Amino acid sequence: MYPILVLSVTGLVTLFLGFLKSKKILLPASLLFVAIAFLSNFIDWNAPGLYFYDMLEASNLSIVFSSIILLSAFLVMALSKGFLDDEHAHPAEYFAILQFSLVGAIMMTNFQNLIMLFVGVEILSVSMYILTGSDKRNIRGNEAALKYFLMGSFATGIMLFGIAMLYGANYTFNISDARTLLLQPVTDVRPVFLYVGVTFLLIGLLFKVSAAPFHFWTPDVYEGAPTIFTTFMSTVVKTAGFAAIYRILEVSFSPMYNFWWVMIVTMALLSLFISNITAVSQNSFKRMLAFSSISHAGYMLLAIVGLNNKSGDSIVFYSLAYALATISAFGVLMIVSKDRLVDGRPNENIAVLNGLSKKSPFLAAVLAISMLSLAGIPLTAGFWGKFYVFTDAASRGHIWVLVIAIMMSAVGIYYYFKPIIAAYMKEGEGENIRLSAFYKIILGFTTAGSILLGLFPDLLRELL
Amino acid sequence: MLALTLILIPLIGSLVLLLLKGSSVSSSKNTALVVSLITLAIAIYAFTTFSPQSTIGVKYSWMKDLNINFHISIDGISLLLVLLTAFLVPLIITSTFKHTYKNHASFYALILLAETALMGVFMARDIFLFYFFYEAALIPVYFIAAIWGGKDAPRITFKMFVYTIFGSLFMLVALVYLYMKGASADIDQLATTAKLLSPNAQNLLFWAFFIAFAIKMPVLPFHTWQPDAYSESPTPATMLLSGLLSKMGVYGLIRIMLPLAPVGVANWGQFGMILSIIGLIYGSIIAIQQNNIKRLIAYSSFAHMGLMAAGVLSGNINGIQGALLQMVAHGVNAVGLFFIVKIIYDRTGTRDLSALGGITQKTPALSIYFMIIMLGSVALPLTNGFVGEFLLLKGVYDKNAWLGGFAGLTIILGAVYMLRLMQRSMFGESNDITAKFKDVSGSEVAVLLPITAIVLVMGLFPNVFLKITEPAVNSILQMMK
Repeated sequence: MYPILVLSVTGLVTLFLGFLKSKKILLPASLLFVAIAFLSNFIDWNAPGLYFYDMLEASNLSIVFSSIILLSAFLVMALSKGFLDDEHAHPAEYFAILQFSLVGAIMMTNFQNLIMLFVGVEILSVSMYILTGSDKRNIRGNEAALKYFLMGSFATGIMLFGIAMLYGANYTFNISDARTLLLQPVTDVRPVFLYVGVTFLLIGLLFKVSAAPFHFWTPDVYEGAPTIFTTFMSTVVKTAGFAAIYRILEVSFSPMYNFWWVMIVTMALLSLFISNITAVSQNSFKRMLAFSSISHAGYMLLAIVGLNNKSGDSIVFYSLAYALATISAFGVLMIVSKDRLVDGRPNENIAVLNGLSKKSPFLAAVLAISMLSLAGIPLTAGFWGKFYVFTDAASRGHIWVLVIAIMMSAVGIYYYFKPIIAAYMKEGEGENIRLSAFYKIILGFTTAGSILLGLFPDLLRELL
Repeated sequence: MLALTLILIPLIGSLVLLLLKGSSVSSSKNTALVVSLITLAIAIYAFTTFSPQSTIGVKYSWMKDLNINFHISIDGISLLLVLLTAFLVPLIITSTFKHTYKNHASFYALILLAETALMGVFMARDIFLFYFFYEAALIPVYFIAAIWGGKDAPRITFKMFVYTIFGSLFMLVALVYLYMKGASADIDQLATTAKLLSPNAQNLLFWAFFIAFAIKMPVLPFHTWQPDAYSESPTPATMLLSGLLSKMGVYGLIRIMLPLAPVGVANWGQFGMILSIIGLIYGSIIAIQQNNIKRLIAYSSFAHMGLMAAGVLSGNINGIQGALLQMVAHGVNAVGLFFIVKIIYDRTGTRDLSALGGITQKTPALSIYFMIIMLGSVALPLTNGFVGEFLLLKGVYDKNAWLGGFAGLTIILGAVYMLRLMQRSMFGESNDITAKFKDVSGSEVAVLLPITAIVLVMGLFPNVFLKITEPAVNSILQMMK
């Protein structure tokens, strides 16, 4: 709850810092602001309660979700160091927008009222539309931004429509009250508004987390946006989206499980199928990670398919494991592709990683561990992430879902190993990569996190 | 605590090696060797103090809310395989002493990491801990094989990796299913849960486990990754794969599949045996026709694994005991044979059987070692292969006399390809290629001597090993009832 206040203020401060001559202060200042927000997050720890006339609720789960969001944002911002060297960049505006978008993301984790959910989604989305197109000279970035904006606003419209219908059905925006109503026995059939409302609301949210069949924007937008914002999108937006989906379904609509699970399971399996099969044939590392992001949406939906009192923990774990690995992977790509230009754009093919183990053993190790984690191989956090969502799905008795998901994760191994093979077993050109200590610390942190959580998953689970 | 040190020492050793990256080649080699010898010393200590009544093990909470524990313990079966691992790893490390591998520190660190994971597999008593180590063992070996392997290694080892991971994912489904039913991850407790399952569920469990372990061993028709992977990998990786990683498959059958899918084994075990025995004959016939000596040993490994799988699936004490003994014997012999192949290749630059010959005249010592290991491999009485193979055949025969008969062909076919290999490479006239064959060196003797010693010791005193495993095997058979 407090991070919302902190970030709203610091976002404005950051805008004003932009008037200073030296832009050097912006990055440390923004990092400091996010760190403050991160700490302020824990004021409400173990002190659950409703705020702002029952608009927001602070609970430990929502605090953990917002912590993951803030942590990812911190790491992504830290990686944006090189991005500032670009003379055309407007760092003050971008850092401010990033902070504002975090306000939206955090609202999505602790809303108690559907209006707040809508406001949160909008704040986050509008920020992302801008950031996607932030590299003005990149025509693909512009296309991506426009595409994202058009499709995103449709999705938001549908979601708003759903919220309106839900109001029509329940006469309330409060999600706990909606649940109480659902639990009351009815003699008559429930209004059809309710079902349409739930469906539309979910469609809106699933669009944001890029679950199939609402994923068509993802590859183009991920590829077109500057890598730094792609990272932001695939970690912060996804975590926030899943926090919201979980919250709305768990708090409000869990009595309607038999209605919505069919929809969720279809989307989970579709996401897994489409993304994994398509990712196999990708040559661009960034596009491959875009499809990987769709597939991880599918895995995380499995936790919702098996909704139980542990599902929230599973999603938390998965989000963190996924965020750490994704930041590592994109971080490596950013560093490696920066100086390897093709037609004036950074070369983002998998081939750019060729021979990385010779050029920089550290980056190669970071890349390998992040790929292993995304593929869900034991010793890494990604394995336990998958394990938890699989057990969730199995706990509701959906063993067949599990079998399909596991087949797809075997397909996943195939393409996640392509970058590893490129880095370790292919000969590459170019000089050795010198890495500043700053990048080493950030990437070392994400990698160590992946391994630590892979060995001691209870480090995080104990907290919940 | 003793059990834990067996995992921790190689792990710490590999981390130390990774941290000391800049050190010289010989210091990496020596560090790795010393670490693996310390592990061996602990394993031998565990062996001397072992009694079937007392269990050596520890249990820590790993995931409290899910009731998943870091539970390792040593019973007779575990002890045997722990000993095998601890014995083979120093030999594998010594076998690399003549070679200088680039990035040597990482190379030896990966070998020790593989040892860590193998120790974990053989001691784990929690299904998820087992799975965790089972998968973890593959990663270092994959990297060794792919990075330091031949030209085609990345493609071939990748096939191996995807293939085996794909198989173990089936096991993961089965384990999660059992865990959901039993609300426990302890193997012994799940064995009671498993009995309550419907026959249908049991059959599915059988297949999930069987596919996972059959790919690992491998058993027909899941063996297609194996000959290429064995022959393209660098010899240390081949030794790890054939000597130790394939044993995880047999061990899994005994430790996981028999107690957790007993009805499934009763229904489908015979079918699995038929597959294994077809594989055995098929592998032997291909081995007879092979001219590439590394591939020849690879196919002979495949044939031997088939017999072990058939023995375990027979589900009686002879079959299982035989499989256990044979795991050790084959592990030792395979490492020895692959090492001899490496010696020949290092000196002559060829693995082509038709180009070799007459090596005996140049180095009688090598051919004596080779002869002893070869005889162990064809299961001559008084060598380590004999008792295991005899018990295996007895087990298979007790289950089904016809299958026993076919499995018995292994004795003849095995002798044919091994003697052919021996004869064509060692005996006859020496030619241009083998004319300058150098005698075995000190570090090579250091590998071959312990192996030949074990071949003979195990052949003379099989009872030492059979006695250790018998109570544990009986308790597994008890669980299946």
